[in-house]
Amino acid sequence: MHISFRRSIWLAIASLGSIGTLYACATRRSAAGSLVTGDAAARVYVPPGSYDEFYAFMSGGYSGQVSVYGLPSGRLLKLVPVFSQFPEDGYGYNEDTKALLQTTYGFIPWDDSHHPELSQTDGVPDGRWLFINANNTPRIARIDLTRFETEEILQIPNAAGGHASPFTTPDTKYVVSATRFSVPMPNTDVPIASYKQNFKGNLSFVKANEPGKMDVAFQILMPGYDYDLGHAGKGPSDGWFFFTSYNTEQAYQKLEENASQNDKDFIVAVNYKRAEECVAQGKAKRTPAEYYHNWVDSSTHEAKSERKTSVPVIDPKDCAGIAYYLPTPKSPHGVDIDPTGEYIVGDGKLSTVIPVHSFKKMQLAIAAQAFDTTIDGIPVLKYDAVLAGEVQHPGLGPLHTEFDGKGYAYTTMFISSEIVKWKLGTWEVVDRIPTYYSPGHLMIPGGDSKHPWGKYVIALNKITKDRYLPTGPEMAQSAQLIDISGDKMKLLLDFPTIGEPHYAQALPASIIKDKQLKFQKLTDNADPWVTRSESDGGIVRTGKRVDVKLIAIRSHFAPDNFEGVQAGDTVYFHVTNIEQDWDILHGFAVLGMQNSELILQPGQTRTLQWIPRTPGVYPFYCTDFCSALHQEMQGYIRVSPAGSSVKLVANVSKKAQAQLAQDREHEKEHGKHERKER
Amino acid sequence: MSRLSRCLIALASLAVLGALPLPLWNIRLAAPQYPEGLGMQIDANTVRGATDHDLGNINELNHYIGMKTIEPDDIPELRVIPWFIVGLAVLGFAAAAVGKRSGAYLWVGVFAALGAAGGWDFWHWEYLYGHDLDLEHAIIKIPGMSYQPPLIGSKQLLNFTASSWPASGALLLGVAFALGVAAIVVSRRAAAEVDAPALGVRPHEALA
Repeated sequence: MHISFRRSIWLAIASLGSIGTLYACATRRSAAGSLVTGDAAARVYVPPGSYDEFYAFMSGGYSGQVSVYGLPSGRLLKLVPVFSQFPEDGYGYNEDTKALLQTTYGFIPWDDSHHPELSQTDGVPDGRWLFINANNTPRIARIDLTRFETEEILQIPNAAGGHASPFTTPDTKYVVSATRFSVPMPNTDVPIASYKQNFKGNLSFVKANEPGKMDVAFQILMPGYDYDLGHAGKGPSDGWFFFTSYNTEQAYQKLEENASQNDKDFIVAVNYKRAEECVAQGKAKRTPAEYYHNWVDSSTHEAKSERKTSVPVIDPKDCAGIAYYLPTPKSPHGVDIDPTGEYIVGDGKLSTVIPVHSFKKMQLAIAAQAFDTTIDGIPVLKYDAVLAGEVQHPGLGPLHTEFDGKGYAYTTMFISSEIVKWKLGTWEVVDRIPTYYSPGHLMIPGGDSKHPWGKYVIALNKITKDRYLPTGPEMAQSAQLIDISGDKMKLLLDFPTIGEPHYAQALPASIIKDKQLKFQKLTDNADPWVTRSESDGGIVRTGKRVDVKLIAIRSHFAPDNFEGVQAGDTVYFHVTNIEQDWDILHGFAVLGMQNSELILQPGQTRTLQWIPRTPGVYPFYCTDFCSALHQEMQGYIRVSPAGSSVKLVANVSKKAQAQLAQDREHEKEHGKHERKER
Repeated sequence: MSRLSRCLIALASLAVLGALPLPLWNIRLAAPQYPEGLGMQIDANTVRGATDHDLGNINELNHYIGMKTIEPDDIPELRVIPWFIVGLAVLGFAAAAVGKRSGAYLWVGVFAALGAAGGWDFWHWEYLYGHDLDLEHAIIKIPGMSYQPPLIGSKQLLNFTASSWPASGALLLGVAFALGVAAIVVSRRAAAEVDAPALGVRPHEALA
């Protein structure tokens, strides 16, 4: 009796549990059912062999890279290595790309990338380049969009935490970088408690419109707050740049609490045309500052580094009218300028409203000197004098706003986990849609430009939890594609993303699709270590250094046997893929290689360093399944003990012999002129 | 010959000359992993890829089956074909100038003979490349398999569909030949009408 009573209690509890579970499942399913519209599948379906309408570039977050997705399908198209080494193709490991990751702190194999930014012409994404920031060791990278490759990285001096970066001016004359952390300038050994007197912020304007020539044009010295995000003005506000700041309390410990005290922090409006004037008038001080500029040489495709030693720094006290503070409620995060260039939206992450400033009113307030006070030469404008309106009851935790070009703004609400659509001018909320879960940035293709393609918005969420099949404690990030073509937002697709996408940018595929390079012409390959034909490979010793030149073509390396290397030598493999056809890649890997493999594009030369320690015979092979006889694409390199008498030798293939014979004949006929072009 | 016939021969000769810089024949190769295809274009004086690298890539693929490298320098005919074309045009202009019907016959006859010889020669080179395989070093060896593309039409060669069709130059030569034949027809008809005034056609009308 006793037992059966206990059993029945357990049964009852179990039944209640099952009912509860069933109920939860049922409600979840019906909730999802009501959220996804009937034609969602058709709206995101891109049939096999067809292309997506948009390229979307998502920041890789703590992966340090950029991921490229097709929209609306959500298909991953490519990972572009930027700030982190990428053993998949040897980026950052091979001799050709190592220099890109050079900094004043030494070689850095990683970073945290946050904000992709497409280059613009007249305020509209033009598809020339994509910029992205490194948040930890402040840097800005430029990715070429005909190759989808990182071609340039500029370190930002006098900075820590390059978060408000690399937002562009409408003509991409500049991209910017502002300090998230204020630090001593120059960075010296001072007590942390001396924050208020020693710590400074700064805003860097980086010349960005000439490939290979990125540099800091000037820096503006700012009070020691945390500068968070930025966006350029456009149209009427062209020539101005807006940055958010928080921690105007100037706390240096327990910021969570200490930096959340003030009712209002600031958006700083920078008149960068005025800054240019001040630089021209010699009002900027050339200040010692060490930083690296790394770029890929456009002919050799080898990265180079130069160490720079100074930057022009403007103190706002010496350049009146360069900057104004716009009071903005509660630690604003995003600052977003609407397509007309009139409205400056501040997203105060702890604010209960979304404040919107008016550029027109700001100019009037400046003219009328409607100032509350002045901080370090920067006037603080009166809140009421610049405010256009406030969006009331938008939700909790506004972070970022994008625009659809049809008069509406869309703001992410991190805490209430939703996107809120509201109308510019009337400030009324017109729609809201849940996201899964807690969105950070959101992205409308061109949604921060003069010309948004307002068809979709993507929610880039910070929390994934139960959205996909669980994969242990760490899971992919979650993004949602939402249709914004009608009055009501409609959820279309949920797809996982890589790293932690912070911001993203997108543009119609038609802008860049036909500009894609298919392969590099071998005749244009000016790499000093290029091998253009089978007969040109070989092995050369210079002291302890051994240079090995070989070609890769379907389905062999030539030469493919090398002898005479000695343990402890520093060997450089210079491999050239001499294919001249689209998507015919070859790889190169050596037994025990501690560096990485190489993946070689058609027409490309890459150099990989190898220091063999132990005598023996080391096989090498092609790591890309290039052809039907890919498994035959292999060779050997013999390593003898140091001081061995084994001769340095590379084998000569039958084809190479024929080519050499042909060359000799050609020389006989035409004298010792140029070798015959192949 | 009538003025019309002489004009037709002159026009035909002009068309022959016009074909000189144009491609004569195209061979297209399509395979699953070559969605854009590879192409070879035969000109009067050379063989080249449809794009800069097509010929190189075709040769690269051909090494698997032991085919000889296709090099324009190895085909001596390519050095003389342009002169045959120029010669044919000159002969045509001469025939038009002289104005005798026998000249037109001669011209059309030479044209036909050259065309047939050219066609056979092209087929022969296709045959040689397709059959003269280095089987000792070939990587893919299929007993009894040869790789001769058709003269006209399509044929499956392993994973490739080879299609061979006349290009604009050959089509223009075809037009020229037709004009030559037309000149003869017109001339004969005019002559027949002159010979038969009883039908009521006056000679000057026939000339018009």
